[in-house]
Formats: sequence, C-alpha cells, structure tokens
Amino acid sequence: MNCVVCLKQVPDTETQIKIAQDGVSVVTDNIKWVMNPYDEYAVEEALRIKDKFGGEVTVVGVGPKRVTESIRTALAMGADKGIHVDDPSALGSDSLGVARILAAVIKDLDYHLILCGKQGVDDDYGVVGSILADLLGIPQISVVVKLEVSEDGKSIKAHREVEGGSLVIEAPLPALVTAQKGLNEPRYASLPGIMKAKKKPLDVKTIAELGLDAAQVGEQGSKIKVLRLTPPAERKAGKLVEGETPEEKAANLAKLLREEAKII
Amino acid sequence: MAQGIWIVAEQRTGELRKISFELVSEGRRLADQLGQPLTALLLGSNIKDKASELAKYGADTVMVADDERLATYTTDAYSSVIAALAQKNEPSIILLPGSVQGKDLAGRLAAKLGVGVAQDCVELSLEAGNLVAKRPIYAGKAYATVTFKDSVPQIATARPNVLVLNEPDEARSAEVVDAEFSLDDSQLKTKVIEFKQEAGGKADLTEAERIVSGGRGMKGPENYKLLEDLADIIKATVGASRSAVDAGWRPHSDQVGQTGKVVSPNLYIACGISGAIQHLAGMGTSKVIVAINKDPEAPIFQKADYGVVGDLFDVVPALAEQIRKLA
Repeated sequence: MNCVVCLKQVPDTETQIKIAQDGVSVVTDNIKWVMNPYDEYAVEEALRIKDKFGGEVTVVGVGPKRVTESIRTALAMGADKGIHVDDPSALGSDSLGVARILAAVIKDLDYHLILCGKQGVDDDYGVVGSILADLLGIPQISVVVKLEVSEDGKSIKAHREVEGGSLVIEAPLPALVTAQKGLNEPRYASLPGIMKAKKKPLDVKTIAELGLDAAQVGEQGSKIKVLRLTPPAERKAGKLVEGETPEEKAANLAKLLREEAKII
Repeated sequence: MAQGIWIVAEQRTGELRKISFELVSEGRRLADQLGQPLTALLLGSNIKDKASELAKYGADTVMVADDERLATYTTDAYSSVIAALAQKNEPSIILLPGSVQGKDLAGRLAAKLGVGVAQDCVELSLEAGNLVAKRPIYAGKAYATVTFKDSVPQIATARPNVLVLNEPDEARSAEVVDAEFSLDDSQLKTKVIEFKQEAGGKADLTEAERIVSGGRGMKGPENYKLLEDLADIIKATVGASRSAVDAGWRPHSDQVGQTGKVVSPNLYIACGISGAIQHLAGMGTSKVIVAINKDPEAPIFQKADYGVVGDLFDVVPALAEQIRKLA
C-alpha cells in the first residue's frame, strides 16, 4: 500500500501575525516555520498504514528552500522519500495552483492513498485536498478522525465529524483523505530516525520539469486576489465584575448579562 | 453573460439547517444590489415541500434536485449535479454553507468549474458588480479581503452564525422548478454507510449561540459537570481549550481555537482558560465574552467584556443559581 502525503509549511501557531507594509501579506521575519499541524496527522496515519500493509510513504511539499526542513521531519518520522517542488514561479499560488503542482507530481507515482491535512493553519482555505482529488479523478473524504483500510487493501472506511454528529463513509482506492485532529497522536522523530532521514532520497523539482506552464501557477495562475489584510476588530475594554464574595460577583454578572448585554 | 445569484441550501435527514436561511438572506441583499434574481438550490430526496421555507427568506426561485441518491450528502453526487447545473445556467455567484459539508462541496465544485473559492467568509459585498469576500486567516488573527480572477461563477462559503438573518415573510412565495440533471452511477464512488447523531441534540460549537468553555483551570474531566449544569440552564454548548483536550479531559471535537473550532456565538463564557493566542483567535469574534479566572493577569481578561476574578469552582455554580432565579 503506497501512500502519498502532501505537506505544507506554516508559521507555528504561537506566532503573532503582523500585517506587512504592502497591506496584502504578513511579516515573515523571525517566524518559526513548522509542518502544518494537520499534516502531522496525515504523516502519522500514512506511517501506521505502512506498518500494517507495507509499501512506501512519499512526502510531497511545495514552497521555498525552507520547506526541506518539514519534509526531512516527515522522513525522520519514518517516511521513505520526499519530493520538493521549489520554484520561484510557484510562489503566490492559490489553492488551485498548489493542487495543480501536486497533481503534476503525484499523477506519475504509484499510489493507493493520498493524505493531506484538512487545512493549512495559515490561509485556512482547506480546499487543496478537494481540488487535487478532482484533478486526479479520485474520490475524497475530508475532515477524517478515524480511518480503516480494508484487509484486501482495496477500500477505506473513514469517519468524519459533521455538525451535530459523525458519518462513516466508504470509498474505493485510490482515494484522498484529509486529516482532522483526533485521527491519531503523531510520533516524534527519534534520533536514529533523524540520522537515517539524512540519507533518504529527496528530489527537488521545478515547474518546468513537471511539465506545467508557469502561467498556470503562482500569482499569474491564481483565481483569488488578496485586496487587503486587516487585523481583527479591537474589542473595547471590558469591565471587572465587582463583589466581595463569589456569590455577589455571580449575582452582579447575571445582572449585567441580563440588563446591560441583554444576552440571557 | 453570467446572471443570477445561487445559494446552495443544506439539509440533513430532510430538515433544512439554519445556515441555509442565512445564505438566502445574504443572497437576497446581494441580488437586490445587482438587480439579479436569487435562486436557492435544494438537493435531497422527497424534499420539494421544503422549498417554501427558502422562499420566506427571499428566494425568487427554488431549484429542486430530487433523487434518492441525493438523500444524503456525498461529495461525488452533489458536486457533479451542481457543477452541471452551473455550467448550463451560468450564475455569476454561488454561495454555500461554511459547514463541514459545504466546505467539502465548495472545493470540489470550484475544481470542476475551474474557478476560485473563498472559504468561511464573514462578510460579503460587491465592488463594481464583483463579489468581494472578507475571511479570517490564521484562525482569525487577521482577515483577508479577497476578490476573484477569471472566475465565473465566483464561489464562496459563509461561516454559520455570522450573516444577518432576514425576518421570514410568510406571504412570500417562490417559483419552484425541477432541476434537470442526470447522475451517472459509475461516478458515485463514495457511499455513506452510517450517520451517528450526537446524543443530547446540543448545537454544534460552530453553530451554537452560547458556549460555556473550560480550560486547564477545570483541574480534571469530572469537574466539567459544573459547566454542563450551567450550559443546561442557558441552553449552551460546552467547549474546551486545547490544554484540556490534550490532557484527555474532553473529546477533540470540543476544542475551540486555531487547531480546533473557530466559533462566533452570542455569548462565550470562558472558565479557567488563561487565553493562549490560539484560543483567543478561535473565539475572538464572539459577541459577548465572559472570563472567569483566578489569575487577574490572565490574557483572557483583555478580550473579555465581563471579567470575574475568582475561583470558578465557587463562581460557576453561583452563576448557575443566579440565572436559574432570573428565569
């Protein structure tokens, strides 16, 4: 069973986001870049499938040089090989552009299952998986919290959460799933794993090598244009609820919620 | 020339979800500004009688795709039916629910139509006849205002609980038309084999109007009973911070924040939550925020409309008692 995991590198969730001078991007100085948290679940799930069924795990990442670190992290966790699409014309790609690049890489691989994080915790679009599945003509199951591969390796059963309940969905392989928190507990890379990762194959490819036209990716190929970025609305200073005892504070709070906020 | 605004309604087990009416309301406003008709798409099985509900909120036309194979949402069936209808009718804008289902559908639909998609929008407007969408990024640490290029239709999903709901007009009716579509069984690869309704029938965090949330200060899973009691009285859904979820006290589906759910209830009561940046991002758009925490320096107080410095184990039961008395 061969799995492909799509990786994104994102600012650590601790990061304070500052809007850059140009008004359409964020300041990237001093950002700690990490593997997208949802992609960690995708890597872990692929490794568990490999442990059970054998096969190879290939990790694919798109982005500048620094993305190598995240791919190496996945290799250190146990993935077998990495493919890094590093090309200036890919910068500024929207979800469609990234999906086109990933599709160009993956279409020639021998794969059964593709795993992605359910969304990048930076742009929060959460559509690369769906677009990629459509470009490859395979079914998708998104936001998965539990995944079972059939004993014969021909189909999957995935549990996904929806508002107010959960669904169990079945799909034949090849298929694509996107990982939600709760799917598993990602392992840490061990020291021997990190040493081994250095010797694992990591191919670097350009847009031209993938047979893509530069106009289809990057800002040129983008279907979404950012007009401006703005900070969240400032919340006006709140008030501390007075009272000598917890009971008094609770009584005053209830009164404020009823009479001032008119919310209960 | 593309013409008309479409909204895609969401139903589950034949009942329309509230986001459907929010979308019709917003679609009505945009349609009036553009001087174009508003069509609501309704997919399901034996679903036609629900069309009048969509009319009340402002749909001019309800296009119904009625088929057994559309009873339950699947990406394959819904995206192929809607893509074919959109190719034939050429709407200029399609709005979908920013629900788990709607976001899944929007991505695949955009791919089939080769157009851009703006997910999880909190504000929609028009500039020179084009759709402009404001959407949170980094879970709400910033907002991006975006527009579309070479995209007909322009596709956006709207976050539940954010758009203004119209007053339903009982006298209003819509033209109900049967959608012409075909479904090729060989294209339907995914199959829903089970739907498990959550016990208790509480609103999902992303749709809840009131949330009572607990963090590390809860000290253990057994103490969430306090929050559940308060939540029962004010009809709220219980949430949790990441540290409470990572400690195994609450299920992952309860997590509010950057790697959990981004919520925007009318009332958010944070109990024993210090206010990590990821958590503040995820609940910062709540209309009224209450923080109950022992530590007066906790960052959550900078976001709170009402702060109570005190021990949640005393304050929460007392608050439940006070609200019970008010009722």
